[in-house]
Amino acid sequence: MRRYIVRRFFISVVTVWTIATVCFFLLRLLPGNPFLSTTIMKQDMVDKMMRYYGLDKPLWQQYITYMGNLLRGDFGYSLKYAGRSVNYVIKSTFPTSAQLGMQALFFGIPTGTLLGIISAKRRGKELDYAFNALSVIGISVPSFIIAALLQYILGLKLGWFPVAQWKSFSHTILPTLTLSFGIIASHCRSMRTLMLEVDQQDYLKTARAKGLGETRIVFFHQIRNAIIPMITGLGTEIAGLLMGSYVVEKIFSIPGMGSYFVTSIQGLDYTMVLGLVVFQGTFVVFANFLVDILYVIVDPRIRIS
Amino acid sequence: MSKHLLEVKDLYVSFDTYAGEVQAVRGVDFTLDGGETLAIVGESGCGKSVTVQTIMKLNPEPPSRIKGGSILYRGEELINKTNREMQAYRGKEFSMIFQDSMTSLNPTMRVGRQISEAILKHRKMDRKEAKKLAVEMLAKVGLPNPDKCYRQYPHTLSGGMRQRVMIAMALSCEPAILLADEPTTALDVTTQAQILELMKEIKERTGTSIILITHNLGVVSRMADRIAIMYAGKIVERGLPDDIFYRPKHPYTWGLLGSMPDMSLRTDRKLTSIPGTPPDLFAPPEGCAFASRCPYCMHVCLKHEPPVFDMSEEHQSACWLIDSRAEMVVPPLGEDKTLRVKGRGGHVV
Repeated sequence: MRRYIVRRFFISVVTVWTIATVCFFLLRLLPGNPFLSTTIMKQDMVDKMMRYYGLDKPLWQQYITYMGNLLRGDFGYSLKYAGRSVNYVIKSTFPTSAQLGMQALFFGIPTGTLLGIISAKRRGKELDYAFNALSVIGISVPSFIIAALLQYILGLKLGWFPVAQWKSFSHTILPTLTLSFGIIASHCRSMRTLMLEVDQQDYLKTARAKGLGETRIVFFHQIRNAIIPMITGLGTEIAGLLMGSYVVEKIFSIPGMGSYFVTSIQGLDYTMVLGLVVFQGTFVVFANFLVDILYVIVDPRIRIS
Repeated sequence: MSKHLLEVKDLYVSFDTYAGEVQAVRGVDFTLDGGETLAIVGESGCGKSVTVQTIMKLNPEPPSRIKGGSILYRGEELINKTNREMQAYRGKEFSMIFQDSMTSLNPTMRVGRQISEAILKHRKMDRKEAKKLAVEMLAKVGLPNPDKCYRQYPHTLSGGMRQRVMIAMALSCEPAILLADEPTTALDVTTQAQILELMKEIKERTGTSIILITHNLGVVSRMADRIAIMYAGKIVERGLPDDIFYRPKHPYTWGLLGSMPDMSLRTDRKLTSIPGTPPDLFAPPEGCAFASRCPYCMHVCLKHEPPVFDMSEEHQSACWLIDSRAEMVVPPLGEDKTLRVKGRGGHVV
């Protein structure tokens, strides 16, 4: 087990390094430079800026400097927001996005899974059809429509929750609901399918032949086996959600990380793009690393590395 | 009050599918007494598994549906029992061993717990006692190192060991009847012999009745007290092993015997197969279900279902060839004289 973890950890580090390197060079392949798109800047001014940020040096030198800083946890300065470091941007926006993502996860995954279980157990009954319809809606309707509906009904009409901004816990309810809608929908669907799949397995027949009650069968035999494949996608899902959603954060005017992803790539803000990508990449890799360990705990068959 | 331990009478089971009704079991009767082993033999899809699973009411309803008949256990009717009521019988009165030991154990639960949970359900024992009994059971079925085995997961055990675990589990609550659904089919030949030996030993020690389902007549000859041959949802011939092996009356039984390699008989008999496939149970044929594959098929066979003829008290067969008006037929069982038989009333059948 320890060897497995050490090996996985080593692989994770290599993955993060690969992400950083590939992104570094890919970004430089994009035409233009960070200072072209902005206002009317004279050529000598652009050159000055390039020199200031060290962008005039040979690429390999820049790469070595960047990697050296990265090792010390320094993502560098933004090329667009004067005097603002990437570290500062992450530090000030990530907690907000992460809180929103976490709330959506903690509400969405258990709810979706539960609905899926109920749906499978009531297969072909009204409740099953209702949940099925709900998940089709949740998967196919884009989040900005759901957000608008929630704002209109729960915010304006009923006045239960504030429509936007990020101040108190009640401000977080609507965006959390919006984000978790899709999570609930997809988890409900996959859990239903997985439960029905496990229902066909011989070992469930064995459990029934032992005379166990249906509740015990569901909780001790069915769910645990059904949940295993769901764990696979969990790492990426968690990481993706914690990084913030551009759309949801925009609609509810939440000061999260989501918008930086979009604006930085538009403005060719090299350091910002790279910093965010490496940060998210590390997060995804780390989350998958944890999921792999979780996998071993849940499924005893995966003990061989 | 019935004198039999288990009495199945005129059982009809169908499956409702999108394509229509599959008549899987079409009027099956048999009885089982205490300490007896009944073998139900037939090819895939003839309804043997459905029959025994119906006894425990393990077939999900829908799609399955018991259309008629009765199942009396110690004189008590089981047909109308609800799923919840049946839970008291499953594992306690009847236990089941399935064909594929690889998939019949929960892969994410330790072996021991899978056994002790049945014990906790049916016996008045606390966790400690249940664990002790489970380890005892594992030892009884011949697993080396039962304490270690108790803590193992199924995937770490071999197929034969898993089937032993299944048997330990099935017997842990001392059931009156053990239903074994092709318990050795998925195992290699040497392991098969060991498992059969174990079942025989257990039967002698505990007096459990066994219903053994198989398509392998070789398995049957070692184990069975009585044999029922099933075809297309019906029992076509039944009798003591001697009746079935030495005085078989039904062409289907001949076919099964002809397709069984027999090392002990010094014959140069060729192995034969039964041509064709079993009939479509969506629309079972009007006459005898075996007629389309039967080399001795007569006109009457296509129109009318054969009645059950009594050869002796134990030996019955449902075939028109036994009728006194039918032509004489010699069973195609090679040169071995023991397999050439005489029917009642002087008709060689």
